[in-house]
Amino acid sequence: MDFNDTPDDAEYRAKARAWLATAAADYRDPPARPVSRGENVPESRKWQKIKHAAGYTGITWPKAFGGQGLSPMHSIIFNQEQSKYHAPTELFAIGLGMCIPTVFTHGSPALIERYVAKALEGEEVWCQLFSEPSAGSDLAGIRTKAVRDGDDWVIDGQKVWTTNAHLSDFGIIVTRTDPSAPKHKGLTMFIVDMHAPGVEARPLKQMSGGSDFNEVFFTGVRVSDSHRLGAVGDGWKVSLTTLMNERLAVGGKPGHAPGYRDLMALAARIETDMGPAIEARDVRQRIAVTYIADEGIRLTQMRALSALSKGEAPGPEQSISKVVVAKTMQEMAAFALDLSEASGFTTAGGDPGLHKLQGSYMASAGLRIAGGTDEILRNIIAERVLGLPGDMRPDKDTPFNEIRAA
Amino acid sequence: MDFDFSDDAKALREQARKFFDERAGPAVARASMNGTASFDAALWQAVVDLGWTAARVPEAHGGVGMSSEAACVLAEEAGRSLAPIPLAQALAATEALIALGTPEQQARWLPGIADGSVVAVTGWAEGGTASPAKASAKVDGGAINGTKSPIADLAAATMAIVSAAGPDGPALYIVDLKGEGVGVAPVDTLDLVRRHGTLTLSGAAADPLGTTAGYHDWLDRAAILGSFEAMGTATAAMDMAVAYAKERTAFGQKIGRYQGIKHKCADMYIKLELARAHALHAAWAMEAGAAELRQAASAARVASLDALAFAAEENVQIHGGIGFTWESDCQFYYRRNRALVAALGSRNFWADRLVRSLEQRNAAAA
Repeated sequence: MDFNDTPDDAEYRAKARAWLATAAADYRDPPARPVSRGENVPESRKWQKIKHAAGYTGITWPKAFGGQGLSPMHSIIFNQEQSKYHAPTELFAIGLGMCIPTVFTHGSPALIERYVAKALEGEEVWCQLFSEPSAGSDLAGIRTKAVRDGDDWVIDGQKVWTTNAHLSDFGIIVTRTDPSAPKHKGLTMFIVDMHAPGVEARPLKQMSGGSDFNEVFFTGVRVSDSHRLGAVGDGWKVSLTTLMNERLAVGGKPGHAPGYRDLMALAARIETDMGPAIEARDVRQRIAVTYIADEGIRLTQMRALSALSKGEAPGPEQSISKVVVAKTMQEMAAFALDLSEASGFTTAGGDPGLHKLQGSYMASAGLRIAGGTDEILRNIIAERVLGLPGDMRPDKDTPFNEIRAA
Repeated sequence: MDFDFSDDAKALREQARKFFDERAGPAVARASMNGTASFDAALWQAVVDLGWTAARVPEAHGGVGMSSEAACVLAEEAGRSLAPIPLAQALAATEALIALGTPEQQARWLPGIADGSVVAVTGWAEGGTASPAKASAKVDGGAINGTKSPIADLAAATMAIVSAAGPDGPALYIVDLKGEGVGVAPVDTLDLVRRHGTLTLSGAAADPLGTTAGYHDWLDRAAILGSFEAMGTATAAMDMAVAYAKERTAFGQKIGRYQGIKHKCADMYIKLELARAHALHAAWAMEAGAAELRQAASAARVASLDALAFAAEENVQIHGGIGFTWESDCQFYYRRNRALVAALGSRNFWADRLVRSLEQRNAAAA
């Protein structure tokens, strides 16, 4: 057992590190003030183009699609090195991580030619239009419809939880094209122009106060049949390509989220009626539990990296990541705020440590839902890893337009 | 990066799993519970013949000289199979002799452990305290007085490595159980398969094994082996629960379809994989002699005890009424959980040890 790079990995890391030292020099420090996603578009484009010119984009993509044709390990190494800087990468994460791989897996040669290179070099921004107000975990229950009209399809409906929709040029959208087929069978995926008439993106305000997502309304939006991804009725299969990539992307602990070290630092400062908080048994237990979750997930990811670096597929243990991370964040933040008594409740005043914990408490409630709820992820572990039978799905074989809510 | 066991260790694990699948498991555990023998002597002889007590012993002392990874995988498979033999104890004692023994001590004891003529156990527990500072067993002028209890597999043993208060703090001592001033008596515990004993020492000869620092180092190593053993036992309990959830029908469908059941099974898996990540890290730290040893061992210990407690308790729950009967195998995992806690200290003790090691690391970095 060792934690060192293989010689090939070490060479790639050294090269990436040396390149970043010059190319990313401007991003060494965090931005002086928080920058909104919208304000960050020009800077995000600039950084994507610099990386593209140097061969650090599409690292795992086939060369035929403008990628580098390297292994997942190379991509992870570059991202590890890049994350030591504060370079703006969020804008392209969904487009390049989920949308474009779906385009080049299921799109026609003409679509690949038109869209893949432009996305990779940071020219065009993409979003993923899947969830709807009445279809979250049960994604196949979507109602946004696309109706054939000559060479076009006409889209009507509403999407929600769409990251970056207001900044995007294009999106991939899953629609219902055959309401008389069972729910998984009547779906079709398209590429939609986010600037087309009838598309309206409205920022959605979250309970945390932030606005990371949009709701997007489609009213008579025309899409050419040439912009279909996969066959008519194959939309479910196509969307699985996208979602597989999402679960990988949403896996780890958010880089800025507080962890066991923050709890230790807080407990060291707090004096309770019974003495220093750090000496209380329940506090030490909570630090230990948080350490076990935080570090356990980091080490579990190392196991996956180890498999990747040997050219093997990672084991199913990766599937525990998000369900552990999100709930641990919430419990740790709640414990820390409890420990702070009323100060943990007050948002006025200037304690940055407490603000970070309050932010984590609010954000973790969303993280437990995003990209697969705690409950759906437990179903997946139980069914795919442990082989337990699937949930009852009474509407699975019913034509969609005959399904009635109980 | 290679964060996994070596091919040698994996091959040994496969061999051990296959052997114990055939020769141990709940039925053998039940026979041991119902019998009067303190351990399964025929099974133990077969394990000695396979060379597993010799796996870790250096070649110079008649062993195979494998890395500590060998001890980890054997502990896990022993735990999975509930094998009523003193293998986990022998592994912990061997680790103490290899890490802390003088050349003379190693030459005296290791060849016998390798060939089975010596059965070695370790004794750490003392009734109601986990604090080595409050230990009743004391050493003065080469003689040891006090009581160590409960000690797993004591009746099978010919030699014991026990912790006691020495002149410079807690330390380990080798006691020849055939010597003067040594009393061995069975003691009843919640674990009806693994027999325990009380060791009463009245001026017995105590051969010091390492220093107080060495004692702490061994405690971490023993905790790592105990973590693998606990993970093995937890995996067996989870497998039993999952198998039953796939087979048992209620309200017209397999109970494994209900989220109330399948989410318990998923949580068993989640807790086990967290424990496995820490245990692998600790196995690396043990073999590499890394500075993170204490922190990694403590985390592995707490995470594996959590995984085992949850799997053992919810396995009974998933089985329902049948799981609470004497005839069900659920009780073996439920009871073994208590044995593994008692052997080396509770979750509280180890959570505190983990946080203390994090504090020391922070202080050193400051």
